[in-house]
Amino acid sequence: MTGSPTQSSEAPTRAADAAPGAVPGTAVGSDGAAARVLLDDAGIRRSLVRIAHEIVERTGEPELLYLVAIPNGGIPLARRLANDLREIADLVVPVGVLDTTLYRDDLLTTGERPALRRTEMPSAVDDHIVVLVDDVVKTGRTIRAAMDALMDFGRPRAVQVVGLIDRGHRELPIKIDYVGKNLPTHPGEEVHLREVADGGGALEIIVTAAPGAAAPPSGGEGEP
Amino acid sequence: MIGRDLLGIEDLDRDEIERILDTAGHMCEIGTRDVKKVPTLRGRTIINLFFEASTRTRASFEIAGKRLSADVINFSPSSSSLKKAESILDTAKTLDAMDPDAVVVRHGVAGVPRRIADVLDAPVINAGDGAHEHPTQALLDCFTVRQVKGRIDGLTVTIVGDILHSRVARSNIHVFRKLGAEVRVAAPPTMIPADIEPTFGVKAFTSLRESLEGTDVVMALRIQNERLEGAFFPSVREYSATFGSDRAKLQYAKEDAIVMHPGPINRGVELSHDLADHRPSVILDQVRNGVALRMAVLYLFAGRPRAAAVAGGTG
Repeated sequence: MTGSPTQSSEAPTRAADAAPGAVPGTAVGSDGAAARVLLDDAGIRRSLVRIAHEIVERTGEPELLYLVAIPNGGIPLARRLANDLREIADLVVPVGVLDTTLYRDDLLTTGERPALRRTEMPSAVDDHIVVLVDDVVKTGRTIRAAMDALMDFGRPRAVQVVGLIDRGHRELPIKIDYVGKNLPTHPGEEVHLREVADGGGALEIIVTAAPGAAAPPSGGEGEP
Repeated sequence: MIGRDLLGIEDLDRDEIERILDTAGHMCEIGTRDVKKVPTLRGRTIINLFFEASTRTRASFEIAGKRLSADVINFSPSSSSLKKAESILDTAKTLDAMDPDAVVVRHGVAGVPRRIADVLDAPVINAGDGAHEHPTQALLDCFTVRQVKGRIDGLTVTIVGDILHSRVARSNIHVFRKLGAEVRVAAPPTMIPADIEPTFGVKAFTSLRESLEGTDVVMALRIQNERLEGAFFPSVREYSATFGSDRAKLQYAKEDAIVMHPGPINRGVELSHDLADHRPSVILDQVRNGVALRMAVLYLFAGRPRAAAVAGGTG
């Protein structure tokens, strides 16, 4: 991970978003829970540029690439990745959005049905090299659902996965082809991408203690 | 947030209605795919329990269930053998023993779906009960208006026809009022319940022309000859002349007004031919949206986990 900033070095850029008196690297999420920034906008940018280079290097026929974002976190990342691919290799890559909710394996074991998100696939995926883009990969179940959903849209030549954050805790044999950052976290924490408030489209990856989780030892504000 | 059963719009609040409509919006995309099927309700069973004849609503629920990968069983007891409420409940209990994940009920008598819901473990979805409610029809009508107009708030919706006997009218009055529209009804006085204005918060008109002024949505109801015992209007021809909609009468409504009909249409009675088949009619949009809307309803209501399944699940 050379070139990746440490989590607190860029804290001043988020000062406006932080609660008064908050320690550097700590912001208050919309739900009021303490949220720690794991990766800021500059770090995300650097990771995506590197991943774009890796994709071009490893793909024999980059003109067949097709990015598919998993909402919500994957959408802004896929958009940036498509821009990077255009700047780096002059590639015009289609970007689709694929909601995996209806393919989840836990839908009927929980009480309330989760809200659906949009699916927009601009063209057929047949014979394309599809790169799924997600913000955070943990158990691998979302990627499994995304692969099933993708097959309903055709027969891609190959499917690869970009995960900006790989948390570990895999429950299925799913491999991430392009990882932004490996970040071991407590399974009870929640890690996700969000747009910085009034940040002009700036993104950040934050971690919060899961609501209802029995106070994980790493969840406090004072955590280094 | 959403209850176990969908028995009527009257029981829903604005948030619940909007959640169903938003879900239906996403379900529309599945209808545009080559493979129009998602695995959401795989291994689940939906029973269509229709005591009253229905082609369109039943087919719509059946397609909706199948697009979600549920097994859909159609059960249509002949009405002659099931005239007593007692035996209706027996039928329902028998079906319940087959462990369905949802039972979609239509019956000619108001309140039967609620009685069935009282004795069943499975969620019950009302597909029309007497002159009471037809919630999925009203939701798909509302969804279609929102799709075309972009909003419901502040619109004026005029429902024309047999308000007295119409479950579609009743459910639509509830759904459009809850989402902030002004609702008017227009019909011969014999077909408007006397207390409709205070009870339902609508404006009643006995002149079609007056009711259409400033209207965004004209919803024509079917003259249900099978429900009309007695003389509610002098003749079909006279009804058509005074309350049938055609392009000339539509001039009184807003320039961009749309025309709806729950179907099946009595052509030349409620709607003229040219109005039934062309814009501003959105009748076929209503049918298409009906499948997506019912997929949303089945997604949100069907397949509740049994108590044991909840205990065993890990989330």
